Amino acid sequence: MKISVNVNGCTRESDVEARTLLVNYLRDELGLTGTKIGCDTSQCGACTVHMDGKALKSCTSLAVQADGCDVTTIEGLAHNGDLHPMQQSFWDNHGLQCGFCTPGMIMATTALLADNPNPDEDEIRHGLEGNLCRCTGYHNIVKAVAAVAQAGGD
Amino acid sequence: MWPAEFDYARPSSVAEALQLLADNEDAKLLAGGHSLLPAMKLRLNEAPLLIDISRIEGLGSISNNGSLTIGALCTHADIAASADVQASCSALATATGMVGDQQVRNWGTLGGNVAHADPASDPPTVLVAFNANINIEGASGGRSVAAADFFIDLFTVDLEPGEIITSIEIPAHPHEGCAYVKMPHPASRYAVVGICVVLHKDGDSCSGAHVAVGGATVRAMRSPGAEAALRGSSLDDAALDAAAAALKDDIANDLIGDMSFPEAYRQEMAGVYLKRAVRAAGG
Repeated sequence: MKISVNVNGCTRESDVEARTLLVNYLRDELGLTGTKIGCDTSQCGACTVHMDGKALKSCTSLAVQADGCDVTTIEGLAHNGDLHPMQQSFWDNHGLQCGFCTPGMIMATTALLADNPNPDEDEIRHGLEGNLCRCTGYHNIVKAVAAVAQAGGD
Repeated sequence: MWPAEFDYARPSSVAEALQLLADNEDAKLLAGGHSLLPAMKLRLNEAPLLIDISRIEGLGSISNNGSLTIGALCTHADIAASADVQASCSALATATGMVGDQQVRNWGTLGGNVAHADPASDPPTVLVAFNANINIEGASGGRSVAAADFFIDLFTVDLEPGEIITSIEIPAHPHEGCAYVKMPHPASRYAVVGICVVLHKDGDSCSGAHVAVGGATVRAMRSPGAEAALRGSSLDDAALDAAAAALKDDIANDLIGDMSFPEAYRQEMAGVYLKRAVRAAGG
């Protein structure tokens, strides 16, 4: 099936099988491998991207569902070599170790702040329920998000 | 994991979707896909054709004309954030705000949620407590089913092949307090036990109550015994003990259990969470 998806600001035309998952389309068809496949069962959030501005687990969505939509992946956040404030804050606050969950964490937390620019710690942790990290224990991730919120968001 | 192969159609109207269903016997409807796609990836479900109804106009809004009408395509996030829902059925805002996680709530729909009828899901318990109606369209016209009758058993509902849920209607139900509380599974956050209580009060005494339970049971269901125990009481500890005992009796034949949370444990916790729900509802 032919689909047209605006990915990180560029219109991409592809012919995909209906059963192609959005995450496979992004990684295998478009080569955007920043989006990770972790659990592949809608739990870990490593595959989180934005579709029409809302966080989505791209392992739980079909590429054909994204037809005509705007999709933003981790590759679409930095501009002209400058990291997105959330990326910079993860770096500054040591919000990652192995880095595997980080693209999903950053996509989830940028969406969280778009909905709620001034979350308290409980709201940040609630907003991160869909993302698993096996290294840092979340504390520095929460700090990174709080720092961006405190600095006035993205 | 890729799902098995299927064809895909994206109708733009309910009539077109009904025709596709009529022409394709084993087709399934796709809305948010957050129940169906995981099941298809695990080969727990399959379909030769997915009919993507997510872009049909008119099924995604919430209106309040005395009764609250929630379009089948409204997402959990839409419902949790709705001022109308918060004002007239705050327990539903609570329950939808507890479903899955941010990403799931953004895309999972209420219509899909009730059609799937996972016994551990949160919204059905609130819909049963509030006497909601499930509005359904089929080839021969529309019908409306009370939530208490709609949920039949594990993953089993009163929805015929060829029918589409179009909206969920919550009749006006003035009350002094309501709450949905749950014991979440520590890993999945699904409800091990979920309780919704709607309270009517006359001064300090309870003039009536609706009590529904899910998670612990094969389907979301009311507890007439608990409601009778609360009605006319001052909602003191003795009344809550009686209500908890009655609830445990009412669900004795409908319990579910697993290795982590056996039937008897869920039954006991249902009583505990009933008391918490009454207090959370202001009782």
